[in-house]
Amino acid sequence: MIVEYFSLLDPAALMRNIPGTVAQGLIWGIMALGVYITFRILDFADLTVDGSLATGGAVAVMLIQGGMHPAVSLIFAFLAGMLAGMVTGLLHTALGIPGILASILTQISLYSINLGIMGKANQSVGITQQNLVASIKYVSADDSLVFFAKMILGCLILVAAVYWFFGTELGASIRATGCNPQMARAQGINTNYTKVLALMISNGLVGLSGGIYAQYQSSADVNMGRGAIVIGLAAVIISEVIFGKLCAGKKIAFAYTLAAIFVGSILYYMACSLVIWLKVDSNYMKLFSAIVVAFFLAVPYLKEKHAVKNRRAK
Amino acid sequence: MGYMLEIQDIHKTFNKGTINEKVALNGVNLNLNPGDFVTIIGGNGAGKSTTLNAIAGVWAVDEGKIIVDGTDITRLSEHKRAVYLGRVFQDPMTGTAATMSIEENMAIAARRGERRGLGWGISRKERDSYREQLRELNLGLEDRLSSKVGLLSGGQRQAITLLMASLKKPKLLLLDEHTAALDPKTAAKVLEISDKIIVEHNLTAMMVTHNMRDAIAHGNRLIMMHEGRVIYDVAGEEKKKLHVSDLLAKFEEASGSEFANDRMMLS
Repeated sequence: MIVEYFSLLDPAALMRNIPGTVAQGLIWGIMALGVYITFRILDFADLTVDGSLATGGAVAVMLIQGGMHPAVSLIFAFLAGMLAGMVTGLLHTALGIPGILASILTQISLYSINLGIMGKANQSVGITQQNLVASIKYVSADDSLVFFAKMILGCLILVAAVYWFFGTELGASIRATGCNPQMARAQGINTNYTKVLALMISNGLVGLSGGIYAQYQSSADVNMGRGAIVIGLAAVIISEVIFGKLCAGKKIAFAYTLAAIFVGSILYYMACSLVIWLKVDSNYMKLFSAIVVAFFLAVPYLKEKHAVKNRRAK
Repeated sequence: MGYMLEIQDIHKTFNKGTINEKVALNGVNLNLNPGDFVTIIGGNGAGKSTTLNAIAGVWAVDEGKIIVDGTDITRLSEHKRAVYLGRVFQDPMTGTAATMSIEENMAIAARRGERRGLGWGISRKERDSYREQLRELNLGLEDRLSSKVGLLSGGQRQAITLLMASLKKPKLLLLDEHTAALDPKTAAKVLEISDKIIVEHNLTAMMVTHNMRDAIAHGNRLIMMHEGRVIYDVAGEEKKKLHVSDLLAKFEEASGSEFANDRMMLS
């Protein structure tokens, strides 16, 4: 039976999947970059992501259907994401709702709003649509290398932009807010403002990611963001586990850390495609993602606990 | 010349209307002249730190007015008042951002009260100036500008927080038991740095302490608080002549009890 199982596995199929997996990883890496901003820099568990990803996709697809250039539609996908982040930020800062709950409220309301934008649960881009920023078709096209070069370049530009921003006075005030809000306020930083701003930038990136991904798969779906936060966290955590030590101490360590998130995202999708290739029922993918994230989030905690125990024992 | 700080009859009650109701400030009045360095002592719950928090705007007071150098700040939010205030806290973790470098922390403090825009967070010129100022602390921090503050000891963090408080000259420096969490030797060093910074920049300062000797040895004025009020206020020559025993007597007189069990320390 085991022999039979292995004979069914086709190594060539796994290899064939790699380019598509890389493209998907890069696109979702943009979303993970947004998750990094809230989760690691601002220290805010933002679940808006699950809704704002689909919002970005919905906005992009509807604008393309209306005749807009796909690249321009991404600006609006970004802005729509920012708006979603702003709502979460204001619910939290102006109305005093706990952060995670504020983001859940936005996420839920976005489900209705996304349906409103699209008019139904799913909208697609025409098969003949030109000038898409990303598309599955490009992956298997003759000049796929050009496509990948452009994708990687685009991601590096985003990394550079985020790196630059968090090095500015304004960016530093967001980092201080995430690290120690009491210190930030004592230094004259309006922490409500910085929180809202960080949530807007984060969700802007998530919306952008959704817009590109909708173009990639030629459609936007109201459920396309379900579980996105977990994928984003998985990408961030995988990148930290693998590259954390390598990045530390480098002159522009933060830029490496940001770039590593894209690698983390690609590795996550590689792992997924491997699991599917092993003929595991794809219904279990979300369970698999959650277990991976729970495991890696628990590791530092358990390590610390173990270390404390050892110290006491001595 | 007007007062640098005027506190007019401020009141604060926490958890009003519940069984945990606690009157923390019960009509505090205090005026500080420019250049005053006042030490504040008192037992637990006397309202020392609460007074500093009221000035800093951690929460709004129920009644009364707080005026800094002629500006009424009673209704200003915490981050807006920061323009006028330098603050150092009891917990060395509170005053700095642990995951940011020494120079980044200082650059943030140097921009207190200024608009933070898209200019780069720190300039080369600033970096050189920070290095010089750190050198003067004599803690070997001048070569560690890009080290994360989280890696430093409590004393080093307090010294940096002091420096940060003075980068942008504050109208008022608030020291909230900032040596209480340190070992005696480090505490003495941090106090020495505090004195130096206050003198150098000619700052008006308030220092809460549990240590009566420190309260006598530092500053030009001393106040004792009890049950949310100022009960004793002494300055100048009279303050210099004080002994710990005088303060103990004063405290017993005010509270009608001995405070052998209190957290106030004699040494």
